[in-house]
Parts: sequence; structure tokens; C-alpha cells
Amino acid sequence: MNASTLKPSALYAAALRRPLFSPKAWAALVTMTVLMALLPLLNLMFPAEHSLHVSAYVIALLGKFMCYALAALALDLVWGYAGILSLGHGLFFALGGYAHGMYLMREIGQDGVYKSHVPDFMVFLDWKDYPWYWAFTEHFWYAMLLVVLVPGGLAFLFGYFAFRSRIKGVYFSIITQALTFAAMLLFFRNDTGFGGNNGFTDFKRILGFDITAAGTRAALYWVTLLVLLGALVLARAVTQSKLGRVLTAVRDAESRVRFIGYEPLGFKLFVWTLSAVMCGVAGALYVPQVGIINPGEMSTENSIEMVIWVATGGRGTLIGPIIGAGAVNGLKTWFTSVFPEFWLYALGLIFVLVTLFLPQGIVGLARRWMAHRQERTT
Amino acid sequence: MTRRALFIQFLLSLVLVWLPAASAAGLDPALLEPLAGDDTDAKLEVIARLGMESSPQAVMVLDALSNDQLYVTPEATLLVKTQTGIVDAATGASVDTMLDQAATVAVNNRLRRAIGAALSVARLYAPDPAHRLAAARGLQRGTDAALLPTLEKALAGEKNVEVQAALTIAIAALQLKSDRPLLRAQAARTLGKTGNAAFRPMLQGLLQQDAQGIYAESDADVRAAAATALHRIERHVKAVEWVGNLFYGVSLGSVLLLAALGLAITFGLMGVINMAHGELLMIGAYVTYAVQALFRSWIPQWLDAYVIAAMPVAFVVTALIGMALERTVIRWLYGRPLETLLATWGISLMLMQAVRTLFGAQNVEVSNPSWMSGGITVLGSLVLSYNRVAIIVFAMLVVLLVWALLNHTRLGLFVRAITQNRRMADCVGVLTGRVDMLAFGLGAGIAGLAGVALSQLGNVGPDLGRNYIVDSFMVVVLGGVGQLAGTVVAALGLGAVTKFLEPYSGAVMAKIAILVLIVLFVQKRPQGLFAPRGRSAE
Repeated sequence: MNASTLKPSALYAAALRRPLFSPKAWAALVTMTVLMALLPLLNLMFPAEHSLHVSAYVIALLGKFMCYALAALALDLVWGYAGILSLGHGLFFALGGYAHGMYLMREIGQDGVYKSHVPDFMVFLDWKDYPWYWAFTEHFWYAMLLVVLVPGGLAFLFGYFAFRSRIKGVYFSIITQALTFAAMLLFFRNDTGFGGNNGFTDFKRILGFDITAAGTRAALYWVTLLVLLGALVLARAVTQSKLGRVLTAVRDAESRVRFIGYEPLGFKLFVWTLSAVMCGVAGALYVPQVGIINPGEMSTENSIEMVIWVATGGRGTLIGPIIGAGAVNGLKTWFTSVFPEFWLYALGLIFVLVTLFLPQGIVGLARRWMAHRQERTT
Repeated sequence: MTRRALFIQFLLSLVLVWLPAASAAGLDPALLEPLAGDDTDAKLEVIARLGMESSPQAVMVLDALSNDQLYVTPEATLLVKTQTGIVDAATGASVDTMLDQAATVAVNNRLRRAIGAALSVARLYAPDPAHRLAAARGLQRGTDAALLPTLEKALAGEKNVEVQAALTIAIAALQLKSDRPLLRAQAARTLGKTGNAAFRPMLQGLLQQDAQGIYAESDADVRAAAATALHRIERHVKAVEWVGNLFYGVSLGSVLLLAALGLAITFGLMGVINMAHGELLMIGAYVTYAVQALFRSWIPQWLDAYVIAAMPVAFVVTALIGMALERTVIRWLYGRPLETLLATWGISLMLMQAVRTLFGAQNVEVSNPSWMSGGITVLGSLVLSYNRVAIIVFAMLVVLLVWALLNHTRLGLFVRAITQNRRMADCVGVLTGRVDMLAFGLGAGIAGLAGVALSQLGNVGPDLGRNYIVDSFMVVVLGGVGQLAGTVVAALGLGAVTKFLEPYSGAVMAKIAILVLIVLFVQKRPQGLFAPRGRSAE
């Protein structure tokens, strides 16, 4: 059944013509972006002792948080809008990271500890040359292509079979977890050719620039900010579109959607693949800023932590996951430096309290509070 | 392992007590006399004769000689300095003298070599079977044909099975080099009969051809015997491998079954995934540790029974935790399975950290009771360890118990009713809330029992549960919801398939292959192996 042959109702047409964001939201978005974009300038322009100076540590931290926010946004697209809870987004994140990492490893050239043309871990394995799947990774464009194609391709294949078999709910979550676990075991093997336990690290250059230089770091930060902004606009466009509405319907009553005459497979598959690609891009941006990628990124814990970012911020909203990723990770940074042994208690409590008392997350809380205030004033 | 070490220590202490008594037989002082002198050739002869002497006293003298602990007094008496004191070399009786005037008996390299050879023969009569085994193994290279009578004599008097086997190899290895083809063929056949893989290289050596195509073994009959023997060994090794894989597969399967059984009950009943299930396993293992510590400090004479005592305690503790969880968290998330998953994950983090705070982040030591250490040797070389056998039996008992509970009690009837159709059960008056709580407690309690079993197999640490969580989910997914038989078949099947795959692909690749296979399988049969039929099935 082809949905597009149906005549859109007047209400629906009106919905289609609605602008992406309200003028107020646009203003807030642009202000936030400009403010965030100014921070690296404060780092570059003012000397370390100046009161307006922002330390490189803060810039690196915020850059990392933005990558997390992008991953959380990707996860929210499938969980918040299509009701598909993935416990495997850590896999897509890491795959994107590894794809970019391959290029960064190539950029080290002969500056490794062993002065060989292959990375140090291959010297350890006594490999004389790159295996076939490393072909062309010395080209940046190819690595970027991999960043999109590998997570996207895997998600498409996996999603096609899973959604076709109508696997949903906890079953789907567990299967994604199993897939991620299997991939982690695979990447932990030295013979897989991705550095085993240690993964990729000790990067030197990106596109010829020194990767540790303040200027390069600022550029990476800005790129991440722009990509996050772009992803937010894209996600908004997707969720506002007709497709997004069908997705929401699938989330709330999949059987009913099917009875009306829609085939949910295509819709779910599209958003699932899009989400995986976004997550892969987040991983690709994460690696040069953090300077390491290893199989630990694929661990069960990481994927579930991503879910809690979304839940804390508020799923089914687009700004929620970004706020949630920032809030939870900010808290984590604070805890691990002040009370490291209490962080797991705190994280556990966040999981329990958010699911019990804040089903709509921080955004839901804010909305309730605003509605309450409006009620009082009128 | 520590228990075994203790046991060996005990044996050694027996030996030490026994040594002087045995040496009452002693050595002929005249035999030892040349050692006090300067004639190397005479010393060599004494050393060789000491080697043939089948007494521990000879071993002691040889040992002392090689360690420079043999002293000669000005009166030409030979004394040995041991850890406990000074004894006479010939009689082994304690002597009350000082070694001030005594000189060490000097040993040169030629003597050292001779001592080594003599010791390896003399040790064949050591009182400790482990020493005899090591000595017999050392003689298996089959270089010195003159040893044959000595070895045959040692074999005739040997009682220990392992040492007998080692001596047989040593003898056969020598006989293979005999110049009589009949004896060589017989040796090959003897080796073949034992089916031991250790003989393989020797037999293969006979069948090797050099560059001109001439066999290392000239006699065709011997070659045929060697080929048959090799074939026999090959077949036996295959059989042992197969039985071994099956045993380890069933063992792994029963561990998975124990770990997944509780999960299957709660998942089938409420449709929620309890992510803290792994931590309940871990708590069960820690309860075992605590019970062991209590036994050790209060009733050490009953220590071997601590595992039995730990079972009910672990069941009750984890069941209470499970019921508390159900009452405080899971109940409020009813109908929101994905949120339940997240909340229980949060609980698992807190439980893990709590255990770290209480017991430390390091693994704790849980030792097998003595009746669980050791094992049965089957088919000559395969050791089925008692702890694995015990866990297989235990898993079967737990399954039986759960089956009886589900099928022959009122609670079981309610549980099955709710699993099939919650609303209808509610309508006819089943107190679904109460049954939920009790069933959740049951599932958690079974996890506690599983924890007791796991503590007997591997390390007990705060991360214990994490290693089993993905596996137990796989069992539940594969087995299907609400079907005890499905869980049993899935667990045993997964265990067996893993163990049969491992020799070909390695442990990690086997695990990856299994996970991928399950992911593919679920595409084909989303309801698992044993799908529930009827209206309740979606």
C-alpha cells in the first residue's frame, strides 16, 4: 500500500507548512550556538592567567559532551520517536570512531615508536603490511565515507531482518545488546586488526595539522558544534514531517498503523539507519578530541548509559537528549573528581529515580512547571 | 587447589616422619666408603650402585651429594646435613655432632652427571607418588637401553596407576629400540592398546621416511603394528575428545541453566527484563563466601558442609532482595518493560558498588569443600572434576524443584495462569500483585542458588554477574517465554554447541559465532524454540 496516494487532509497540510522552529526557538538556538562557539576563542585569545580565559580542559570536555549529545540525539530519534530501545548504539558510536581512527592511525606515518610504515600494534603482530580492509584509509574522504557507510550499512542489514521479523520491545533491546557484545569480543581480539585491547591511540596529525595544537582542537570543537546543530535541525525536520508522524504512530500503536494500511518496516528502517549514521558521526568526532578509541566503547555499560542520557533529558523531545547528555556527564565529571566511589550509586539512583518519577525527563519537568505557572497567572 | 597443596604438604610430612624409620634398613657403610675418598672412578661406581638401590636412604645421600650437603668427618664418617639436623649417611639416624671439622664431599661435573642419572632411577622408589611420576616421566625419552631391567622391576612393584602408565611408556620407548623386531612390534601394540596420545610421536617416528624413501623402521611387520597402534590411539583420542566436549558442554549448559532459570520465570510472568539478575547471582556467591567465613571461625570441624548451609541462606537473602525490588521499583513500572530494564540496570549498578564497598573490589576466595575437589578419571585420560559433576546434578535438582513448584502447587498454578493471560487471571480472582512478588522472589532466589554454584567454579568478585548477564538473556530469548523445557533445552544446547565449536574456532570466536547465530535464529523464530500457542501469543 502506497501511503503517498492518500490525499492529505487540510489539517495535515497545515502541519506540513509549519516552520521548523518557532521564532523564539530559533532565537534561543542561534544564541546558544554563538555562545558555545565563542568559548574556544576565549581559550585562544586570552593568556592563561587572564580572568576571561577558558582552559583547554574545559574546551575538550565540552567537545566531548557535544559528541555525547549527538549520540543521545540519535538514540532519541529511535527510542523517543519510534519506540525502539536500542542497547547497541555504543556499537555504532565505536564503529564510526574506529573508521575515523583508521585514517588517524595512517596519518601517524612513520612517527610511531617502531618507525614502521604500519601502526605499532601491527609491528607487535609481525604484520608486514596493512590487511585488505585497511585499503584506501589513508584518504580522509574515504574514511569519512566509512564513518557513514559502516554503521549505516550494519544498521540497515540488522534492522531490515529484525523489523521484518517484527522483533520489538525488550526482545529487540536484548538482541542489539548481544550484537554489541559480540562485536566487542571481536574487537578485543588482536588478530582482528584493530589494535585489540588498546585500540587506536597516539594520534599525531589530522589533515596535516598537529592534533594536539590549540587551533586544531578549537576547529574540531567548532565542527562538532556545527554538526550537532545540523543534526538537531535534521532531526526536527524528520520528526515534523509526515514520516515523523507515522513513526510516532508506530511507537504508540504499531498494530493499528499496520491495520490502517501502512507498512512500518520502511519507516522504522529509515529512522534506525539514520540514527546509526548520526551515532557513527558522533563517534568519528569523538575520537580525535579524546585521542583514543578502544573496544571498551562497545561495552554493555556504555550503550545503556547513552539511554539514561536520553531518559534524563526527556525522550520524545529533541532538546532533551542534548540537555540530558550534558547534565549526566557533567555530574559524572564532578563526581569522579570529588567522590569517585559514589558515582555508581549516583548513576544507579539516576536510573531508578528518572524512570520512576521523571518519565518525561528534565524537559518534561520544565514543561509541567511552566504549565503550572501559566495556570496560576490566568 | 589450595586444599590439594595442603594435602601434598600433609603427605610430605608423613614422608618426613617415615623416612628415618624406613632407613632402619639403612645402607651398607662399606658401600658408601669410597665417597669419603678421592678416587673419582670408585665414586662413580658407588653412585651407580646407589641408583640401583631401591631405598629412600639412597635418594637422600644422592640428593645431599648433589646439593653439597654431604660431609665427611676426619674419622671418615659420612654425615648428611638436613633441614632438621645432622644424620648419619648410612643409617639415617640423627647424630649429635657438629660439622666444624667435617669437609664437604667435592663433586665435579662428571660426578654430577652420574648423580643426575642415578637419582632419576633411585627416585622411582621415592615414597611420594608425585616424585616417582616425575622420575618415570624423566626416563621416557628412551635413551639408555641398560635401564630396561630396572624399569621393569620398578613397574612390577608399582601400585600407583599414573606412575604405572608413565613406566609403561618408558619401557615401551626402550623396547621400540630393541634389536628384535618381534619385541618392537609388541611394544608398538602395547602402546596402541593404552590409547594414550603421548605415545603418538614415538610411533610416528617409526613410520617416517628419509629422503631416499627408506623407512626409519626396517621391519614391515613392526611398521604395520605401529600404524595400527597409531590408528587405535587416534580413535581413542577422538572418542575422549568427544566425551570431554560433551561433558564440558553439559557443565557449561547447567551453569547457564542455573543462571537463566530465574530470569526466565520473571520474564515469562511479567514480561520484564531484570537487568539486576546478574547481581543477584553475584550476591548469592558472596553469601557463600560469608557462610564459609562464618564456618571457618565458628565451627571449623563442619567446614566441608558450608556449601550445603549456604544454599538456603543464599536463597532467602536473594529472594528477599528480589521481593523488595519488586515492591519498591518494578511494581510501579508495570506495563513499561523498557523502563523496567533501565531501572533494574540502575539497581544493578548500586548493588555492585555496595558489594565493592562492603567486601572490596578484589575477588574473594571461596574454596571447594574437600569432597568436591578431585575428580573421576574416565577413558584413561579424561578427568571429570567433582565440582562440575556436582553442579550438573545440582542444576537438575533445581529444575526438578522449579518444575514441581510450577506444576504441583497452588502458587505454580497462579503463576502459569498469569503467564498465559494476566487479565483473565485477575478477573477470576488471582491476586496478581502478590503472585508477582512471590514469583519475583522465587526467580531471585534461584539466582542466589546459581550464585552458590558459580562460586564453586570460578572467581567471586563484584563483576561476577556481568559475565553471565548476556548469556542468560540469550538462553531466555532462545528458549522462548514461559516454557521451562525451552529454557532447559536452550541452556544445554548452547553449552554443548559452544564447547564443540571451541576446538575449531577458539573460545572467543565460538562465543561470537554463537551470539550471531542466536541473532539470526531470532529473526526466524522471534518467539524462541518453544513458542507458546494460543491467543496469548502475540
